[in-house]
Amino acid sequence: MIYSLFYHLGRYVSLLRLMISKPEKWSMYWKETMRQMNDIGIGSLVIVCLIALFIGAVSAVQFAYQLKDAPVPMYYTGYIVRDMTIIELAPTITCLVLAGKVGSNIAAEIGGMRQKEQIDALEIMGVNTASYLVLPKLLAALIVIPMLVAIAAFVSIVGGYLASVPTGMVTDSEYVLGLRSFFLPYNVFMMFVKAVSFGFILTSVSCYQGFFVKGGSIELGRASTNAVVVSDVMILLADYVITLSLT
Amino acid sequence: MIRAVNIKKSFGDVEVLKGISTVFEKGKTNLIIGRSGAGKTVFLKILVSLLEPTEGEIWYDDVNITQLNKRQLIDVRKQIGMLFQGSALFDSMTVEENIRFPLDMFTKMTKKEKEMRVDERIEVVNLEGSNNKYPGEISGGMQKRVGIARAIVLNPKYLFCDEPNSGLDPKTSLVIDELIQEITQVNQMTTIINTHDMNSVMEIGANINFLHLGKLAWKGNKNMVLESDNELLQDFIFASPFLQRLRKRALGK
Repeated sequence: MIYSLFYHLGRYVSLLRLMISKPEKWSMYWKETMRQMNDIGIGSLVIVCLIALFIGAVSAVQFAYQLKDAPVPMYYTGYIVRDMTIIELAPTITCLVLAGKVGSNIAAEIGGMRQKEQIDALEIMGVNTASYLVLPKLLAALIVIPMLVAIAAFVSIVGGYLASVPTGMVTDSEYVLGLRSFFLPYNVFMMFVKAVSFGFILTSVSCYQGFFVKGGSIELGRASTNAVVVSDVMILLADYVITLSLT
Repeated sequence: MIRAVNIKKSFGDVEVLKGISTVFEKGKTNLIIGRSGAGKTVFLKILVSLLEPTEGEIWYDDVNITQLNKRQLIDVRKQIGMLFQGSALFDSMTVEENIRFPLDMFTKMTKKEKEMRVDERIEVVNLEGSNNKYPGEISGGMQKRVGIARAIVLNPKYLFCDEPNSGLDPKTSLVIDELIQEITQVNQMTTIINTHDMNSVMEIGANINFLHLGKLAWKGNKNMVLESDNELLQDFIFASPFLQRLRKRALGK
C-alpha cells in the first residue's frame, strides 16, 4: 500500500517534470491548447450551468425554509447563497463534475492513444509526448476552469433568485439586499485559488492515469474510473487544506 | 546501415533476447522473421530505442544510439520513420493532417511547401482523393498506406515497419510490400520489417533475419530460403503439409 503510494507519486512527479520542457513548436502547442480549451470549456458549459442552477435553487429554497421561523432576517438567504456558492459550491461541485466529465475523457483519450501505439508513434517522431499530450490540456484547464467556476457561481446565484423570489419565499428586494450585504472580495480570490488548484489536480491526475495505461479495454476503463475517483478524493482533500489555509 | 551488436534483453528473470548480432543494409528490405514469442517485437523496439537493451549496442551508421541521452536521441529519431502494426494514425486528424503532422511539428516549411510535400507522398502511396477522410472512414489497407506516407514524409534515413501486412488480404499485402520495397530502393533507406507473412519473405526478403527463442537462428535472403537446410527455418516457413509438398516439388525431390 505505502510502496504503491510512493510508486505512483514518483511516476506522477516525473511525468510533470518531463512535461516542463521547451516545446518542439509553439504553434502546434497553441493549436492543441485551443482545441482543449474548446473541449473542456464549451463542451462542459451546459452541464456546469445546469448543475449550478439547481444547486443555487435548492440552496435558496432550503435556507428560506430554515430561516422562516428563525429570528434572522430573510435577506440572509441571498447573503448565504452568494457566499456559499462563491466560497465552496461553485469551485468544488463544478470541479467534481468536471472530474467526471473531463477527467474521464482525458484518461480515455490518452489511454486510447497509448493502446493504439499513437504515443509510440509520437515518440519515434521525436516528440516529447509528456509535454505535447499533457501541457496543452493543463494550460487549457487552468485558463478555462476558473472561467467555468465564475460562470457557475453567477448561474447559481441566479438559480437561487429564480427559485425563491417568484415563489414568494423571499422578496426581490430582500434577496438583492442579501447579495449586496457583507461582501468580501477576498472570497472571490479564494474561489479562484480553489478553481485553479482543482483544475490542476483533475487534469494532471487524469493525464497520469491515461498516460501509463497498459493492457486492453478493461485496463482503459479502470484508468478512466481511477481518474475520476482519485481526482475527486484529491479535490476534496485540497478543498480542506485550502479552506484551512485561507480562512 | 544499422548494426546490432550482442543485443540481450531480460524482463525480470526471463531472458527474451539472448545476444543478437546482425547488420541491416542500406537500400535493402531487411526482414526480421520468427514465430510468435521469438522476440521480434522486443528486438524492433530496441532498434528504434523504445526499449533499452540489457546488454549490447545499436549503431545507426557511425552513431551508437545506446549511448545517447534523451535529447540526442530525439535528434536521431527525426531521421526515423515507422509504420506501426495498427497504423497508429491520429483519430482526430484527417489523412492529410496525419501525413502533415511531422512537417508541422519539425519543419519551417511554408504552407504551400507542406501541401506540395503531402500531395507528393499521397501520390506515392496511391491515396489521391482521400485527403479529407478520417482514419475511421478508410480501410485497413488504406490506413497502412497513410501510415507509410506519414513515415516517409520527412525523408527519413531509416524506415521501420512492424507487421505491415497484419490484418490485410494477400493482394493488399503484396501492394504494401511492393510499395515499401520501391520506397526503400528509390530513397536508399535502411528499411527493417518485422513480419511473419511468408509472402513478404519470398517477395521482398533481401536480407532475412530469422529469430528463434531470442537467438538469431538463420540469416540469408529469399533465394537462399528454399535451399536452406536449417530445420527451424523450414518448419517455420513451410509450416503446412501443402507448403512442404510445394518445396519438395520446387527442389525436384
